[in-house]
Amino acid sequence: MKDRNFKYYLDLISVLVAKELKVRYKNSYLGYLWSLLNPLAMALIFYFAFKVIMRVPIENYSFFLITGLFPWQWFSNSVGSSPGILLGNASLIKKVNFPVYFIPISSVLNDAVHFLLTIPVIIVFGFLFNKFPSPIWILGIPLWFFAQFFLTYGSALLISSINLFFRDLERLVMVFLLILFYVTPVFYDITLVPEKYRKLIFLNPVSGIIMGWRDLFMKGAFDFKFYCLYLLYSFILFLFSFYVFKRLSYKFAEVL
Amino acid sequence: MKEKVIVFDKVVKSYPSYTYITGGIKNFLIHFNKSIENFKKRHVVLKEISFEISQGECVGFIGRNGVGKSTLLSLIAGVLKPDSGKIFVKGKVSPLLELGAGFHPDLTGRENIILNSILLGMTKEEAFAKISSIIEFSGIKDFIDQPIRTYSSGMVARLAFSVIAHLDPDILLIDEVLAVGDIEFQKKSFNKILEFKQKGITMVLVSHDLENIKKLCDRAIWLEDGKIKMDGNPEEVVEEYCKKIEGKV
Repeated sequence: MKDRNFKYYLDLISVLVAKELKVRYKNSYLGYLWSLLNPLAMALIFYFAFKVIMRVPIENYSFFLITGLFPWQWFSNSVGSSPGILLGNASLIKKVNFPVYFIPISSVLNDAVHFLLTIPVIIVFGFLFNKFPSPIWILGIPLWFFAQFFLTYGSALLISSINLFFRDLERLVMVFLLILFYVTPVFYDITLVPEKYRKLIFLNPVSGIIMGWRDLFMKGAFDFKFYCLYLLYSFILFLFSFYVFKRLSYKFAEVL
Repeated sequence: MKEKVIVFDKVVKSYPSYTYITGGIKNFLIHFNKSIENFKKRHVVLKEISFEISQGECVGFIGRNGVGKSTLLSLIAGVLKPDSGKIFVKGKVSPLLELGAGFHPDLTGRENIILNSILLGMTKEEAFAKISSIIEFSGIKDFIDQPIRTYSSGMVARLAFSVIAHLDPDILLIDEVLAVGDIEFQKKSFNKILEFKQKGITMVLVSHDLENIKKLCDRAIWLEDGKIKMDGNPEEVVEEYCKKIEGKV
C-alpha cells in the first residue's frame, strides 16, 4: 500500500478523528460540558485541599490549577485509553493492511481537540484574575501543542503495542499515571520542590510541557531554549516508541 | 499467458504460543523460564506452500477448520508476514471484511459507510461520490440515518457488502461472507461477485459452502495439514474432498 498518497492519509486521520468526536457527543448534547467537568472538579478538590486547608503560597491558585490540569488531562486521557485502542480495532487490524499507527493518532488528536476547546475556559478564568491573552500565544500555543502531541502520541504508541503482548499492562498504566501526576508540577509550583529533588522533576518530560503551558497562559511567557529542550526530549521518546511500534506491528495480527 | 498476480513460494507461517505472554507481565515474570520456552515454541500452520494465481482467476480454498485458510488470506492481504518463503502480490487488495468490522454501532449507516470506505482505501472524494449508489445497493433507505446499533445483523451485513461492492480492487479476498442477508440480497451479492469476475478481478475465496465454490471458482485448492493436498478443477477437488470427509465419518 505504498502507492497511497498524502491526501489519502489526511482523509483517513480526519475521518477517524471525526468518528471519535461524533461518538463522544452523539449521546449527549452536553458533551462539551461533560469533558470540562472532570478537570474542573479536580481543580475544585485541589483548591480546597491545598489552598483552603494547607494554604500553599501560590497566587491565583484556581487559575494556576486549571492551566496545569487542562493540558495534563489531554496527556492523561490519551495515555489512559491507549491500552485498549488496538484491541478495540482488532477485526480491522487483522484483515485490512493499513497503517495501524493511525489508530492511536486519532485517539490522541481527539483528546487534543478537547484540550483546545478548553482554552476559552482558561481565558475566562484569566479575566477573573486580570490576566489577558497575550500575542505570544499565537506562537506559543501551536508550538507547545506540537511538543505535547509528540510526547502523548509516542506514549500511546508504546503502551498500545506492548499491551497486546502483556495484557495486564493496562493496570500498571493507571498506577503509572497516578505516580506521574504527583511528580509533575500540576498542582504545585516547581519552586516549592526542595532543591535536591528538582532535577528529578525536570527529568519528567511532562513537567516541562505543563510548566511551558502555564507560563504561557499565566504570564504570556515563552522560553525558547526551554521549549527546544523539551521538544527534543519528546521527539526522541516519540522516535523510540515509533520504532518499537513498527517492530511489533508485524506481530499484531498474530496476537489479536 | 496471463500475468501472475499472486505468487507464493515455499511460504511457511507459524504462530507463537502466546498464552503465557498474553497472560500478562505478572505471569511472565513468575513463570519466566517457562515463558521463554513457550515463546520459542511455535505452532506451524502453513508448511512450504507454493502456488500461483493469474490475473482474473477465481480460486477457492477448502479444507477443515484451522487448516490455515484464513491465515493464507491474511498473508495475501499483507497483514501477516511469513516466517520464510516469498510472497508476491500485485495490485490493490481488498478484503471482504467479516460482518461489519470497523463499523461503529453509535454512528449512523451513512457515517459508517464513509468511515468504512475510507478505511478500505477510498479517498473522501470517492466515498462521497459513491455514497448514494452504496445506499441504493444496500436497500436500507429509511434507516440509513439511524445509528447502526438499531439495525438487524442482516442489515449490517448488507451495508458492509454494499461498501465492498463499490470498491475498485485488483484482488478481492472473500472469507466466508457470501451468505449474508436474506435470499434476495444473497442473490444480489452473488451477482455482484459474478460481475467482479467478469470485470477480470482476481478473487480468492475461502468457504465451507462447497456449492458456491463449484459455482464461482475456476479452480479449487484443498489444504490439509498445512500443505496443498489437491489443486485443480473445482468439481474434481470438491468431489475428492467430500469423499475423504465421508470416508472419515
